[in-house]
Amino acid sequence: MSGLFDLVVSVVRVAVMLAFTLSLVPILVWAERKGAAYIQDRRGPNRAKILGLTLGGLFHPLADALKLLFKEDFIPDGAHRLFYQMAPMFALAPALMTFAVVPVGPPVVIAGREVALQVADLNVGILYIFAISGLAVYGVILAGWASNSKYPLLGGLRSSAQMISYEVSLGLSIIGLVMVFRSVRLSEIVASQGTLLWGIVPKWGVFVQPLGFLLFLVAVYAEANRTPFDLPEGESEIVAGFHTEYGSFKFSIFFMAEYVHMVVGSALIATLFFGGWQVPYLADSGFVLPGGAALGLPGPLVLLLRIGAFVGKLLFFAWLFIWVRWTIPRFRYDQVMRLGWKVLLPLSLANIFVTGLVLLLIGGGA
Amino acid sequence: MEPILFIVFGAIAVGGSIMVVTRRHPLASALYLILTLFAVAALFVLRQAHFLAAIQVIVYAGAVVVLFIFVIMLINVPESRLPVERLTGVRFLAVIVAGLLILEGALVARRFGLAGTPAADSGSVEAVGRALFTDYLLAFEVTSVLLLAAVIGAIALAKKKI
Repeated sequence: MSGLFDLVVSVVRVAVMLAFTLSLVPILVWAERKGAAYIQDRRGPNRAKILGLTLGGLFHPLADALKLLFKEDFIPDGAHRLFYQMAPMFALAPALMTFAVVPVGPPVVIAGREVALQVADLNVGILYIFAISGLAVYGVILAGWASNSKYPLLGGLRSSAQMISYEVSLGLSIIGLVMVFRSVRLSEIVASQGTLLWGIVPKWGVFVQPLGFLLFLVAVYAEANRTPFDLPEGESEIVAGFHTEYGSFKFSIFFMAEYVHMVVGSALIATLFFGGWQVPYLADSGFVLPGGAALGLPGPLVLLLRIGAFVGKLLFFAWLFIWVRWTIPRFRYDQVMRLGWKVLLPLSLANIFVTGLVLLLIGGGA
Repeated sequence: MEPILFIVFGAIAVGGSIMVVTRRHPLASALYLILTLFAVAALFVLRQAHFLAAIQVIVYAGAVVVLFIFVIMLINVPESRLPVERLTGVRFLAVIVAGLLILEGALVARRFGLAGTPAADSGSVEAVGRALFTDYLLAFEVTSVLLLAAVIGAIALAKKKI
């Protein structure tokens, strides 16, 4: 009986998280086009309609998906067929797998059993994220190489060099956070962020590790290959980079992988540096303000508020990705490499050193 | 459940490594190597060594094989010019010797028994960290010197003018 219960819980969790992540993709595509239209004074999606309704262009992602599904599935003559077809899978799978360790809410009690609202509460949480996100580079390399064409190869090489370089800063920028919260388990990191600093400021990662947050933010943008670091597909230089030779649904899988990377990156920023599902001053029983005033709330409402807070933070950072993309121009390739190795890396090492020094002076972890 | 998983991942690891040495195209070999490394990481998880499994994927699957693929991509030998490997006498002997070695290992394990299941948290980040910084501190620090020497060596080899 308990085995069946565990199985059902696991399957439901996997299904819900997968549906959540994937359903955010068309919404983000729509938001991206809307954002581009508003920020750069372009024309956005506003034509596709069903029964005369346009709903602000919400049907465009649907129309795009249908178009891509029904296009001819084309493989170029010179391409290495097997690797060419494997590359999109290698790109999408790691992006989806990373979300497994992100907690979307506090543990809930169902039928007398405590159920964590995350697919897997791993002891090695953050290391799992690095392990899986490090594999995303294969999709790009394989696509670039298997297309057997010069621009994809250049794009693939650029992208893999960039991802490997920024992976180092990505890893090191979190070490300070791990030192403060004394755990690499994501559920514990989020739980520790529920306490208050000096009784007034929420102990979120961004307040205890401001530099770590900035470094992590930049590294996440570079890892997701998003502007200002979208050199791998710099269209003015190398057409569309590693997916130049891809069309129809294979292209759309690369496209989905990019947006899933954005979702996962936003979820990680929210979880590690902005308290995850924590709402400031919201305890299990309701709001408890620093002055002593309290407002009791029923348990289910608190749970909803917390999950809502996580989704809200995630969406905000996803919007930040879009905002940055349509505001900041692309870096030059040598600038990207210099920023990664000569600025971010020394700064993240200094951050670890200073964090260690401060922790030592104030007597550890408090 | 555990024995079944062990057999499944063990079979993937062995099958994958056979494919690594038998594939003609080096990129196929590299991809099978990733599969093998993943299966070995899964075996580590079955032995409660979660930290080791994560590091295995980060370092080997995520970094070392990426370098292999870089080299394969940049050298890019046309398929028609890839060498055809033949089964020579020495290679045949090597297979026999490897078989004997596995048999010997199995006999030794049977004679002396294997270590029992490790404690549930012995492979956790906390346990590994504590062991590294107490019992194995000297070895840990000396390894860092070794790595530093390797980094300097790599730069000295790669740069023509320092």
